[in-house]
Amino acid sequence: MQVHQRMLDPTTNGLHSGETPLLRTIGLTKRYGDFLANDSIDIDIWPKEIHALLGENGAGKSTLVKAIYGLIQPSAGEILWKGQPVALSGPSEARSRGIGMVFQHFSLFDNLTVAENVALGLDGRESFKDMSARLEQVSKTYGLPLDPKREVWQLSVGERQRIEIVRALMQDPQFLILDEPTAVLTPQEADQLFIVLERLKAEGRAILYISHKLEEVKRLCDTATILRGGKKVETCNPRLETAASLARMMVGGEIKEVKAAAGRQTTVPRLVVNDLSLAPSEAHGVRLEHISFELKGGEILGIAGVAGNGQDELFAALSGERLSKDPGTIVIEGLAAGHLSITQRRKLGAAFVPEERLGHGTAPRMKLSENALLTGHAASGMVHHGFIDTAATLKTVDRATETFDVRKAKRDPEAASLSGGNLQKFIVGREILRNPAVLVVSQPTWGVDAGAAAVIRQALLDLATAGAAVLVTSQDLDELAEIADRIAVMFHGHLSAPLATKEATREKLGLLMGGSSLEPKEAAHAVGA
Amino acid sequence: MELVEAIILAVLAASTPLLIAATGELVTERSGVLNLGVEGMMIVGAACGFAGAWLTGSIFIGALFGIVAGTLMSLIFALMALGLAVNQVATGLALTILGVGLSGLIGARFVGERITPAAHLYIPGLTDVPLIGRVLFGEDAFVYFSLALIVAVWWFLYRTRPGLILRACGDSHVSAHALGYPVLRIRTFAVMFGGACAGLAGAYLPLAYTPFFIPGMTAGRGWIALALVVFSSWRPGRLVIGAYLFGAVTILQLHAQGWGVGIPSQFMSALPYLATVIVLVLLSRARTGGSTAPAALGTVFVPDR
Repeated sequence: MQVHQRMLDPTTNGLHSGETPLLRTIGLTKRYGDFLANDSIDIDIWPKEIHALLGENGAGKSTLVKAIYGLIQPSAGEILWKGQPVALSGPSEARSRGIGMVFQHFSLFDNLTVAENVALGLDGRESFKDMSARLEQVSKTYGLPLDPKREVWQLSVGERQRIEIVRALMQDPQFLILDEPTAVLTPQEADQLFIVLERLKAEGRAILYISHKLEEVKRLCDTATILRGGKKVETCNPRLETAASLARMMVGGEIKEVKAAAGRQTTVPRLVVNDLSLAPSEAHGVRLEHISFELKGGEILGIAGVAGNGQDELFAALSGERLSKDPGTIVIEGLAAGHLSITQRRKLGAAFVPEERLGHGTAPRMKLSENALLTGHAASGMVHHGFIDTAATLKTVDRATETFDVRKAKRDPEAASLSGGNLQKFIVGREILRNPAVLVVSQPTWGVDAGAAAVIRQALLDLATAGAAVLVTSQDLDELAEIADRIAVMFHGHLSAPLATKEATREKLGLLMGGSSLEPKEAAHAVGA
Repeated sequence: MELVEAIILAVLAASTPLLIAATGELVTERSGVLNLGVEGMMIVGAACGFAGAWLTGSIFIGALFGIVAGTLMSLIFALMALGLAVNQVATGLALTILGVGLSGLIGARFVGERITPAAHLYIPGLTDVPLIGRVLFGEDAFVYFSLALIVAVWWFLYRTRPGLILRACGDSHVSAHALGYPVLRIRTFAVMFGGACAGLAGAYLPLAYTPFFIPGMTAGRGWIALALVVFSSWRPGRLVIGAYLFGAVTILQLHAQGWGVGIPSQFMSALPYLATVIVLVLLSRARTGGSTAPAALGTVFVPDR
């Protein structure tokens, strides 16, 4: 507990005595109208420190780092850089002082090359040729391989993040901000990133690390500052805390533990896929190869895998966004459905939650009630004789709001105005309220805060308990371990044979995700190799 | 032989305003802004350009008048579409309607007046070479300028850092903003460049193409310039080919009518547009990923502060 006390007030900390922090904010406040996004935040960042910034969505983490990076101007308070007060006019000034940032939503340009993207993040004092040479050198030094000539749209998410990190490193920053860097990475990619971060720390740099993954924070970070509702709640040593205690501080109360009902019964097969193969729709898509599985009522099947191994294509084939020539490849509720449209599949009792919340799961600029209608028009009594029953659509919004604790400013706002977690709760809620027999959901809690994630996972478990068949695609192995009964892995368009969750260790899943096959006795008919 | 030479000269003359206006619009669109007001900026440029030349007797000053007029028109667009974040399509259409009216007002005084058109280059010996002499060495300054301009624009876009930043704004204004680039300022400059080019292209018509001003003399060339930018898939090289192709179609349809080819002139006039549609279809079929259009084209950007 002594150490804990010390960390609460780092200025008297023996480790840092006689030094000034690299960066310090004093009473940093950012006001948007009446809304206080940051309320008088004090934070100290020391050299050779990986400092976690924790908080739920909307706690003010992004606002704080944007202010530190000069993207927004604080309404009040001070930023001290190496003990001197600074007013950062913009990111380029922050960069020139030695502050780098890796954004959560990458600030990349899809139609430009890797080298051009990197050049745009630098201040352009060196020639393009010198820059390219240095890019190669930095990416080699830190083990972050990149091909400078490729355009970004051709790259995987992991590679895109590498661009961001290399770009930040090329400025030789003393202080690097990373906004949820592992949200889109596989465990192996995350491990590689941690090696890079440890190395940066050893080089004497400081890192501010935003993450929702508390185990990761405990493993990596030396200090953690927790924000809630725009205020600083606590600064502590995460290694001395438990994930649960950190979560309590973030939420300001207990997070409901996700619990599966005891004695869940599996019933008849409700979703069967028989030898589904499908050519990719785009030149860089993945071909689905002989995918087969059977999913019974009352069961949750998890699909793990590195993004871009055919999960999107499988979702499109299951949802009916792409049709299969052979109707029998997909059987919903005992009926061949491979040739049926999305609406016809919904009428059979299927429901779908895609990965992209805005633009795929919802139309961003349409109201929630209209978005409810978009998936519910065929089978949920919202349309009578061709006319929309507005009251029924609003009722769906109200029910989803109530059942799944969707927080929003008014009764029926535009989808785009909701935070990610709340919109995801609405989308999942909208589908679950239709009482589907089969629910296919992709990345249910991507970029969603801990509280909302717990609500969504519990809802999926409850739906299975009620007898539905649930298929969850996720890159978050902890999530699959928590809710799935069996886990299969996608690799290069193949789906491995499902493993019972108890037997699916991280090592085994990691091997399958990398394309290796397991021992024959463990998965005799695995097709992943 | 003389007919061929005459046709080539006519094609160059007809293509030049298309090329200049489309070059400007290409830069504007590459920064992510869709300004549909090219026709309006051109026609105001035509009226002001003629007024300038008639009042001063100088083609050069007339051209400057056209450039300034086009730039001022584009600033109205920039104020609305960038400053106030109004829908770009609506603003552009409104700008065209405004321009057509405004040019009638400015030009009314000058209808029926004549000026001496822009002089053509004459290099003794070279210009007299049969067939190619006049085509290569006997053009007016606008023709040479338009070609220099498109080369300069290519060099700017692909070989300079400001050009890279401009393309970046067109690809993702969110990313460009996050990296600290002043998206709206960059786009304003791009819009102004587009306006200056459109004004110059408009001024070309009464200063070099026909030595008098009549209301509505741009006759849809602004729209063809817009189509050309799409036709070129936002690349300067293809823009040159497209501009001369479109110019050729315009001239050839006149000759075809003269020769009594039994195709309705309306169909021939529609050919450039048809060609654009076909090119768009071919491009989308050949597309392997990424996007040919600037990804942020026509989207409104409001930075958070």
